[in-house]
Amino acid sequence: MKRLLEVSGVSVTFDGFRAINNLSIQIGQPELRAVIGPNGAGKTTFMDIITGKTRPDSGTVTWGEKGVSLLAMSESQIARLGIGRKFQKPTVFEAQTVSENLGLALKNRRGPLDVLMYRRSRRDTARIGEIAEEIGLSAQLARPAGQLSHGQKQWLEIGMLLAQDPQLLLVDEPAAGMTPSEREHTTDLLRRAAETCAVVVVEHDMEFVRRLECKVTVLHEGAVLAEGSLSHVTRNQDVIDVYLGR
Amino acid sequence: MPSLSTQTSGAGRKTFLAQHPSVMWFLLALALFTLGVTVLAEATGAGLISTSFVKTLGKTLCLCLVAIAMDVVWGYCGILSLGHMAFFGIGGYAIGMWLMYARTEIIVRDSLLAAPIPPTPQEITDGIGTQIFGVVGSAEFPLIWAFADSFALQLLMVILVPGLLALVFGWLAFRSRVTGVYLSILTQAMTLALSLYLFQNDSGLRGNNGLSGLQNIPGFETVSQDAISIGFFWASAVALGLGYVLFAFVVSGKMGSVVRGIRDNEARVRFLGYHVESYKLFVFTLTAIVAAIAGALYYPQAGIINPAEIAPIASIYLAVWVAIGGRGRLYGAVIGAAFVSLVSSWFTGGGAPDVELGIYTIKWTDWWLVLLGLSFVAVTLFFPQGIGGLFDRLVRNPTPDAEGQK
Repeated sequence: MKRLLEVSGVSVTFDGFRAINNLSIQIGQPELRAVIGPNGAGKTTFMDIITGKTRPDSGTVTWGEKGVSLLAMSESQIARLGIGRKFQKPTVFEAQTVSENLGLALKNRRGPLDVLMYRRSRRDTARIGEIAEEIGLSAQLARPAGQLSHGQKQWLEIGMLLAQDPQLLLVDEPAAGMTPSEREHTTDLLRRAAETCAVVVVEHDMEFVRRLECKVTVLHEGAVLAEGSLSHVTRNQDVIDVYLGR
Repeated sequence: MPSLSTQTSGAGRKTFLAQHPSVMWFLLALALFTLGVTVLAEATGAGLISTSFVKTLGKTLCLCLVAIAMDVVWGYCGILSLGHMAFFGIGGYAIGMWLMYARTEIIVRDSLLAAPIPPTPQEITDGIGTQIFGVVGSAEFPLIWAFADSFALQLLMVILVPGLLALVFGWLAFRSRVTGVYLSILTQAMTLALSLYLFQNDSGLRGNNGLSGLQNIPGFETVSQDAISIGFFWASAVALGLGYVLFAFVVSGKMGSVVRGIRDNEARVRFLGYHVESYKLFVFTLTAIVAAIAGALYYPQAGIINPAEIAPIASIYLAVWVAIGGRGRLYGAVIGAAFVSLVSSWFTGGGAPDVELGIYTIKWTDWWLVLLGLSFVAVTLFFPQGIGGLFDRLVRNPTPDAEGQK
């Protein structure tokens, strides 16, 4: 497993509140990783830092074998490196069809002139078909995304991440508000994605994390409290105190 | 799979117009309208439409053109610009400078030729300067008139000046991630600053007098206004047609998808790897240039331009037209601009009869703005899709229900 992302010694303060406190995490490729922690543990801020939305006060974030720093890059540059992000609330373009949503995400040149002159190739159409198959939305390609159910929107967003052909997927609470069978499908999707790329799942729901069967990082007050398998961290006394034992 | 691929290649062979029937319908309607006016106009047909009304219709087509530009920047890209009528006005000023210079030159040359000694070029230039700037107590040509003697260069200014202004302003604003109402205020401040500047006598553009006599086209002195008006009407119709096709192309396909994505969720588009600021800048600048071209066709038909035309209220009207016509559909902007501006000139021109209420008489010249304001509020509340939305409901089949069947 080669090293893909290395966050080391990162701290962020918002108006005196330390959201992230000397945080260090390494993610390899391929890997499936769950990040858990109570509210305010800094899970979303952690994602904001990697995707370039928030700049840390100190520390380094490096990418890939060569160790390129992500800190000087814009959100769109970081996304083009192959870091995809799924938001907590499903954010798809509701006024556009499923096919258009996937087409937007498809890995292609992103400059305005390239996009203006773009015509969908057979290869792109086929790729969209494949992804739709994968996320179970083949029959919905022509429908506006706004008409999809909550679960379908979440899958569409995961599909949009897959279309970007990413190396790292950051997924924020993918199972929130899903029915049990929808959860199962989501777990499968994430596990399959993790066969080829790194997937980091931020989640509240312990049952969902258990099903992912992966390494777990527990965050507390902006720092790593424990790391290891789920059974390992749930036996950790610190974890029980701050999180499970509440 | 084979059926899917043949379908794709079939669509690839189709021309842009064949893929977008609504553009075809629009062009057909525009052509029929143009033909109808031509047949009824004084210069080319039965003379049932007065020359001044031909000018009104030609000007309306220019307003439709700036309205579709506004629809692209606001309705599709979500940037509520209150500066597009300023770009429209700059286009008018740019062409007006040449019109005024060239016509004054002819007059001055003719009058000096009558003198016993032939005039020197300096005398002619001085004569033109006195004629144009006498009204603001000056006779010197300011630097911005450097190209006014050249039609080609001044035409270039129609595109370059608003294009560069939009590019620089947009770059500064979008780069700082100013969005929503703050961006609207910023564009309005730009518009206000520009019009206040032009109101000054030493701005070099004749202060509040503006530029006048623009309906007299140099080189066409012997052609009657009847013929000139229909010529400009045709030019406006062609410009609207071309502008419509251009914008329909921009907002269709993947570009349209990205632009509407930016309108609905800018951050998501950014996290998909698109440099949102470049896209906004592209749309803002392109629409500013088209607005300026519309202005360059409008003001020779209006005959006069002054700084009041650039005041923020003009851009607010533009937004109202687009909102009433229906945002996010190009024909909606055309319907809104044509309908509201024609109705507006009917009401304010004394066409609408006064309403006697016994104790009070509603004079529409005074009350029209109230009516317009109320209809704007009503449209926003009850028909957020505007007139274009009602039109959609009549023309299109009812959308399939949420299950996509039955």
